[in-house]
Amino acid sequence: MSVLVNKNSRIIVQGFTGTEGTFHATQMIEYGTNVVGGVTPGKGGQKHLDLPVFNTVADAVKTTGADVSIIFVPPAFAADAIMEAAEAGIGLIICITEGIPVQDMVKAKLYLAGTKSRLIGPNCPGVITADECKVGIMPGFIFKKGKIGIVSKSGTLTYEAADQVAKAGLGISTAIGIGGDPIIGTPTKDAVELFMNDDETDGIVMIGEIGGGMEAEAARWIKENGTKPVVGFIAGQTAPAGRRMGHAGAIVGGADDTAAAKMKIMRECGITVVDSPADIGKTMAEVIAKNTLKKPAKV
Amino acid sequence: MNLHEYQAKELLKKFNVPVQDGIPVDTAEKAEEAYKQLKVQYGNSFAVVKAQIHAGGRGKGKIQGTEQRGVAVGKSAEDIKTIAGNIIGGTLVTIQTGPAGKLVSKVLVAQDVYYPGPNPVKEFYLSILLDRGKGQNVIMYSTEGGMDIEQVAHDTPDKIFKEWVHPAGGLLGFQARKIAFNLGLSGEAFKNCVRFVTNLYKAYVELDCSMLEINPLFKTSDDKIIAVDCKMNLDDNALMRHTDLEALRDVSEEDPTEVEAHKYNLNFIKLDGNVGCMVNGAGLAMATMDMIKLSGGEPANFLDVGGTANAQTVEAGFRIILKDPKVKAILINIFGGIVRCDRVAQGVIDAYNSIGDIKVPIIVRLQGTNAEEAKKLIEESGLKVQSAILLSEAASLVNKAVSA
Repeated sequence: MSVLVNKNSRIIVQGFTGTEGTFHATQMIEYGTNVVGGVTPGKGGQKHLDLPVFNTVADAVKTTGADVSIIFVPPAFAADAIMEAAEAGIGLIICITEGIPVQDMVKAKLYLAGTKSRLIGPNCPGVITADECKVGIMPGFIFKKGKIGIVSKSGTLTYEAADQVAKAGLGISTAIGIGGDPIIGTPTKDAVELFMNDDETDGIVMIGEIGGGMEAEAARWIKENGTKPVVGFIAGQTAPAGRRMGHAGAIVGGADDTAAAKMKIMRECGITVVDSPADIGKTMAEVIAKNTLKKPAKV
Repeated sequence: MNLHEYQAKELLKKFNVPVQDGIPVDTAEKAEEAYKQLKVQYGNSFAVVKAQIHAGGRGKGKIQGTEQRGVAVGKSAEDIKTIAGNIIGGTLVTIQTGPAGKLVSKVLVAQDVYYPGPNPVKEFYLSILLDRGKGQNVIMYSTEGGMDIEQVAHDTPDKIFKEWVHPAGGLLGFQARKIAFNLGLSGEAFKNCVRFVTNLYKAYVELDCSMLEINPLFKTSDDKIIAVDCKMNLDDNALMRHTDLEALRDVSEEDPTEVEAHKYNLNFIKLDGNVGCMVNGAGLAMATMDMIKLSGGEPANFLDVGGTANAQTVEAGFRIILKDPKVKAILINIFGGIVRCDRVAQGVIDAYNSIGDIKVPIIVRLQGTNAEEAKKLIEESGLKVQSAILLSEAASLVNKAVSA
């Protein structure tokens, strides 16, 4: 079994008929993803890319039996789209939209807490299970099939890691782009946990960046519960304090959210941390070859 | 987006949050007029002149080359005029501005809040911000006002209180009361504090602030609760629904190169190193900066060109990076996904030709869709551009360039 999405997933696209939605839905279908329809309020009943368009997510779920939604709705309306998907019973909501106001996400996060839905993102590249299902905007061909899971806050850095892993003779089971915003649906720890419980994943690449405490939380969880080797990298070792580095969440506020502090905690928790982003793939291969978990003995 | 103290206070007034009154001015003469106006209004011959810059530590900071502090009290029209004259047009250096300091073009002439009265005055601290871990807004407050709050948190963590606000219920009555009780208030001051906190939280949410700090939060001798200083930071992502607030942006406070980059939709931050870089994606851009450092260089900037790296954006990026004379090499690192590398390569070649003679070595690393074709294009262009496919190859080229 794979993580989050597979060839049986039934996907709808929110913001289906817009430029982004159309472009990426086409790419997803070409990859072999089982897209079953889309939602654009006011365009219900039409056909787009030979698939049905619905006015509401609830209509789409009723007719198509969709269980996954990917959101390309503009930032002002994206939090609403997330909550609509949750209300309609969508199990996995993947929000690509970048630039959602933080207070909107504060509300959406609370709303989701009362439902069975899982949110990935926002401001993320999505999720891909190699050779089965791509629910996102990543270039599919980079993700060669294999047994390494990737968890990452960053889009292009995920592609970089996947490419290096493939060049090192390994491949990818599933890659999860969790997003670079201050409030996201699935933190690093939850994504790592999914991979630890996945039979088809042998090792995990965990990519974080400055800001927040998610990597430290994940590292502590791994120390207690980890059963597979983890290679980690934190982007932003050279980032100045107090400046937002592109991602809304990537900002050094206090001493604990610097790259150095996070890397130290990750190392102490048994994660193999690389200093250079160029070493992610080869280090993963070395760690897998040794097949020894650098987990310190419990005291 | 950061706001000036005087702008933030104007906004707070609209939410019925009492503030230390004041008048923003840009000349010494206008400061004198403002003083006279405040004197008539409040019957107090003391007033404060406060430099308006986007940085803290103004009270301890000094105007470059003088002993003039960035916040100073005067007790006559003459005094105020002199102080304002010293500050306006000067460069204020504080612990937060760095040694270069910041040019002051405006001061706020503000009422003196230490006027005598029946009860002692008190200074507190209060801020509202996002707790990322909990996904909720938190009100952080302390009886230790007017001081560096990070120092208070470090030395006496028991003096910092936190109140988390449930997103559905908002700030509830009992929570506002708890804050006032914890600050040790009673009687009129207690009631005023409850109102203050309730209205302040409303302002925080409705203005889409990402941070709102009142330091000091002040109890006057007649038991009013007022904001003497205010640091307000607005969520850039939410400005789309506050078009009126966008007008409060002070571009003179921002780095001119960053303002120019913004025009081309480039996400640029100026740094102090010798290797410029141009990358697609924020995470990869930070990682590239880290790699430059590990290769013996220092990153000169952060530059995310986003998902559309074409000849126009690459040229704009080149021009912005080349403005810095310290740059010894430029690394372009593009991971082509949806963007095709051969198109980016053509963009680099076109931009290079359009600019003409670029004196520093250019290292281009293109990986992903059509990377081989891109490498070939660059090599056949005859330009003095070094090309790499693997990130490790790019790293060693950077190393060679900085050690040359």
